[in-house]
Amino acid sequence: MGRTWRHPVVRFIVRRTAGTVVLLLGLSFIVFALLYLAPGDLTKNLLGNRRVSPEAIAAVREQYHLDDPFFLQYGRWLLAALHGDLGVSIRSGAGVWSMLVDRGGLTMALTMIAFVLAVGIGVPLGFLAARRRNTAVDRGVVGAALVGVSAPSFAVGLLLLYAFAVMLGWFPLYGVGDGLLDRLWHLALPAVALATGLGALVIKMTRTAVLAELEQDYVTFARARGLSGRTVSRLYLTNAAIPIVTSAGLMLAFLFGGTILVEVTFALPGIGLLLSESITFKDVPVVQAVTLLVALVIAGTSLLVDLAYLALDPRVRRTGVGA
Amino acid sequence: MSAGVTISPESDASADGRPVGPVRRARVAGAVVRRLHRLPGSVALSIGLLAVVLVLVVLAPLLQSAATAQDLLLGTTPAGTPGHLFGTDDLGRDVLRLSLAGTRSAVLGPVAIAIGSMLAGIVAGMVAGYLGGFWDTVISRSTDLVLAMPPILMAIVVGGIVGGGYWVTVGVLVVLFAPSDIRMIRAAVLQARNQPYIEATKVLGLPAWRVMSRHLLPNVMPVVMTNVFLNVAFAIVAMSSLSYLGLGVSPGAADWGRQLADGRSLLYLNPATAVVPGLLIIVVATATNLVGDWLADRLGVRSVA
Repeated sequence: MGRTWRHPVVRFIVRRTAGTVVLLLGLSFIVFALLYLAPGDLTKNLLGNRRVSPEAIAAVREQYHLDDPFFLQYGRWLLAALHGDLGVSIRSGAGVWSMLVDRGGLTMALTMIAFVLAVGIGVPLGFLAARRRNTAVDRGVVGAALVGVSAPSFAVGLLLLYAFAVMLGWFPLYGVGDGLLDRLWHLALPAVALATGLGALVIKMTRTAVLAELEQDYVTFARARGLSGRTVSRLYLTNAAIPIVTSAGLMLAFLFGGTILVEVTFALPGIGLLLSESITFKDVPVVQAVTLLVALVIAGTSLLVDLAYLALDPRVRRTGVGA
Repeated sequence: MSAGVTISPESDASADGRPVGPVRRARVAGAVVRRLHRLPGSVALSIGLLAVVLVLVVLAPLLQSAATAQDLLLGTTPAGTPGHLFGTDDLGRDVLRLSLAGTRSAVLGPVAIAIGSMLAGIVAGMVAGYLGGFWDTVISRSTDLVLAMPPILMAIVVGGIVGGGYWVTVGVLVVLFAPSDIRMIRAAVLQARNQPYIEATKVLGLPAWRVMSRHLLPNVMPVVMTNVFLNVAFAIVAMSSLSYLGLGVSPGAADWGRQLADGRSLLYLNPATAVVPGLLIIVVATATNLVGDWLADRLGVRSVA
């Protein structure tokens, strides 16, 4: 038993899980506190601007425990959340869980397609740029990546909508479509808009990583020994892949930031649109749940990635990941 | 998320690989011409563009009233309408004039964000990196907390919750941008603090604040300069994302994000309402990033995407 605990991998998993729990607690507290302190009145959002009796206001305040002290409110939310009860949306009255399940599929499909697009196009282009360093090809790819990093996803989305939906009429303007093919067709433009920024980032990362490997002694040595170009490139590609694979959590974080804007632009009823509607309404349970869900997915991904890294690289297994 | 930047030991300046053309022998201001000549064309173009943007920011208050003047009888007109090169939006406002006036709101806040967060980054990063110990733990853990979340998402959540006007949103973004600057300065300080010249200051018994302000600060300046530029570019994207969602700008104000949001429903009637400010955001952010990348190369700061 004692030995198991001292094993670096076990200690790593325990430490990271604990870190994630602390992160989620801290985040939920900050979001809750901000929503509590922020100007704007929930009763006004619920009852509208019409004249209402003081009794009605008191009833609403009573129902949502608005007059309780802050820590009591947070504690009540936390206790329920720990029991798996995320509460009901103040805006729609629906259960938060069912809302997340309803809208999660779309956001997941969108981010997955965008992820595949960004990596599938970004990695080969970055590799190409590094291999043809300081040529017109390299400069073209790097320039494109620079524009991609600088372009906000909603601006790209609107330009795509104008070019391919309005002018050419190849793609639908809004909506999600029925059936698998139709749905893919509807998600094509949003996925491209979402993938642009990440793809550009992947190009830059791949190029930097491959260039760094090309400078290493082992590449020179392998070439000097007369190994075939294919064998040499397999050697350094494996090594160059490490920084790219380990930043998968970062990439996912990047996509989640853009998905709100893309879903708003293309009127896609996913998690992002839900969040943007809920924030302005001060719909505390929904904002809390979505923020924590995103944090959980990102933290979970980077934990999995680090574990894979641990499995692949025996050096890291002995000394531990990170600081 | 534009870039994490650290000091690299060797400069990457020559890696640019652009052949330096024949130097023109201009007698007057020969040095200036020679220096400009060495600028890559794309960088020179970007700097020129940013100069125009700067002029527009200064002039924007003069354009404001003409740009936001509504003509509800006119309504939406397509590009090429007499007197309106890019047509008008749903409130009858001239798209071109509105876009030019919107430069101020698109750029002024981001510049303030980049400078503000960098000031915080310098102070907190140097304290964490040089003093270490307890303060390092406190500062590093709090930056970890903020950096664990997607920056744009956090900007939308926090900016949306806090609400308030333009400068409140700028303040929120300063807080959200600061952690990456803190981390960057801290890393640069950690690299510098074991150099002989810093150890010499210890031998001389100089107080910590003096070491930080007189000896460390000048040596992390390349990182500071580069990241201010890269942060301006990222802040332009972040600010316009918020205003696109209707956060941080009042309705009717001249603002690119706002224009794009309005343009969403006018894609058939007058696509220029969305296309013009959309291209402006992309072009200005790209130019800023380009100058930032070039500075990073020139100053020997290696950028890791």
